[in-house]
Amino acid sequence: MSPLLRPMSLVGLAAVALLPVLIHAILPGSEKYYLHLGVQILLWSFIYTSWALMGRFGLTSLGHGAFTGIGAYATVLLWNYGGITPWIGIPVGIVVATIVGVLVGYPCFRFRIAGHYFALLTLALTEFVRLCIVGLRDYTGGSLGTQPARAGDGISLIAAQFEPNRTLAFYIAFALWVLGLYVWLKVDASMDRYALDAASQDEDASASVGINVTRERLKITALSAAMCALGGAVFAQYQMYIAPDTIAGLGISLNMVFAAIAGGIWVLLGPTVGAVFTQVLAEGLRVVIQGSATMKSIFGASALALDQLIYGLLLVLFIIYMPNGILGTAQAWWQRRRGRGSS
Amino acid sequence: MDCQLDVFFLEAIINGLLLAGLLALLALGLNLIFGVIDVVWICYAELVMVGMYGMNYAYKGGVPFVLAAVFAILLVAFSGALLHFLVIRPVLDTPPINQLLVTGGVLFLLQAAATMAFGIEFKNLGIRLGSFNFADMSFSWARILAFLVALAGALALWLFLSRTFIGTAIRAISQDRQIMPLMGVDSRRLYLITSAIGGGLAGLAAVLMVLQYDIYPQIGLQFGPLIFMICVLGGLGNMIGGFIAAFIISQFIAVGSSCFHTEWGYAVAFLFFMVAIFIRPQGLFGSKS
Repeated sequence: MSPLLRPMSLVGLAAVALLPVLIHAILPGSEKYYLHLGVQILLWSFIYTSWALMGRFGLTSLGHGAFTGIGAYATVLLWNYGGITPWIGIPVGIVVATIVGVLVGYPCFRFRIAGHYFALLTLALTEFVRLCIVGLRDYTGGSLGTQPARAGDGISLIAAQFEPNRTLAFYIAFALWVLGLYVWLKVDASMDRYALDAASQDEDASASVGINVTRERLKITALSAAMCALGGAVFAQYQMYIAPDTIAGLGISLNMVFAAIAGGIWVLLGPTVGAVFTQVLAEGLRVVIQGSATMKSIFGASALALDQLIYGLLLVLFIIYMPNGILGTAQAWWQRRRGRGSS
Repeated sequence: MDCQLDVFFLEAIINGLLLAGLLALLALGLNLIFGVIDVVWICYAELVMVGMYGMNYAYKGGVPFVLAAVFAILLVAFSGALLHFLVIRPVLDTPPINQLLVTGGVLFLLQAAATMAFGIEFKNLGIRLGSFNFADMSFSWARILAFLVALAGALALWLFLSRTFIGTAIRAISQDRQIMPLMGVDSRRLYLITSAIGGGLAGLAAVLMVLQYDIYPQIGLQFGPLIFMICVLGGLGNMIGGFIAAFIISQFIAVGSSCFHTEWGYAVAFLFFMVAIFIRPQGLFGSKS
């Protein structure tokens, strides 16, 4: 039985699925805003989970901003310039991102480019893709970004557009999030996971017992890249606007790494906690500052950077004092406590 | 594709050469830090930004240029030491990738702090050094100066490392981190000094950059990836390699930008970098370890 079907998990999933109903009942006035927040959290949770899928095996990629970017731009450009429906465009984006991931991953794993070098090399990939997007400005709108052409009133099956209906958007994001968790558990239960774990501990030793390290790493990279491309494409369809700063580029790559680490990359719901944490932090600070006259007069327009400041500070503290992330630390603390109680 | 072998092409090549000096200087500090302490400061370009703002405000506050430059260099040197003391030291014994990520947090922090303190406007020192014209080609003095100072800075670092006691100790500890402390060397002090010197080099680069570029909080993202690329291409920790890599990369940028759009020059440079690393993972001039 899949762990997702255990009673506790089902209760949890049902609770998240019922959130739109709850929001509708309690906060009818600002329903759209809270649903938007929910969609953002779920979409980014999916993307962070996809990153952590390979990040937890010591493959710290700073290149996943390239994959989300490829997914988003492939989908939108095919729709805008070729009239090709996102139902084909999204798979094309996924395939392209996977190919790019394998093309970059193969030499990396084959020649054992790891640690700093892997991070900096994938950073170069992110920059390369961003520069291509900016360079093709006649099609992509350069750094100003572009929009998918709206079909009718904004809700269309053929154009895969759903943004005005926030409840629908919520359930699409919810489905993606569940998919992410499902894939994580699938990987977790597979032999590949043990192979990758072993390889991240000691590459030589695991190769000597017959693990094809390059192949295992390529598999997880391809999976992770494909999921990020899917996440990027759906994000584009929801936002109805894409720009290098919002879906591709170094900032996005770093956000992915940090949110996942802040939440905890070793546990299933860690990246999700990271997404909740970062989104709520940013939104909470924005609301507090906008709502208070004193805060506004102190920080003025620069208040927008305050969340980034706190975010940066927290990241530093997290990596120094809580390298296992919020959820990882909480879980370890809980287990210690329970262990002491029973003994 | 208006790319012809004419005088403008030559101008682009020479301008690329001048840019290389600056990039090499930027890479030098990062390389020193990596070679000695074995950490990558992802926020290195943001330290340069700190120096640029320091320079900007000191100069506009009425401090003469040279004194403002000294102030900026000391400011960044101090920031480098502080970064090591507060952020790097606690994670020195954890997996290397943590050290890279922790400085990534500092990157966000510094960028946001600069946005809040100085706003997002582009700032300019307002110094115009004019340009040097020769046979239809034009080179700005700011670039020529940057090139010469970068060479002088590299030379000074080399002399320091090879001729002074502390420099020798730094070179020794970069060769064997375990043995040196047993020989009675205080590695913590040496790391702190190295961080300050690395910061100082970033400060020197900042002084040269304010003459050529506008200052804004995101400027680090424009230069950061380039600097890492140059360091890795030259072989992390290999300073001569870093110099040669800076020349290669800047030629891609300069020539690519003169023939096509600016981004394509950069894009080709990044592509070249990736392919080069696949062929020689230890960097073009790195030694196999």
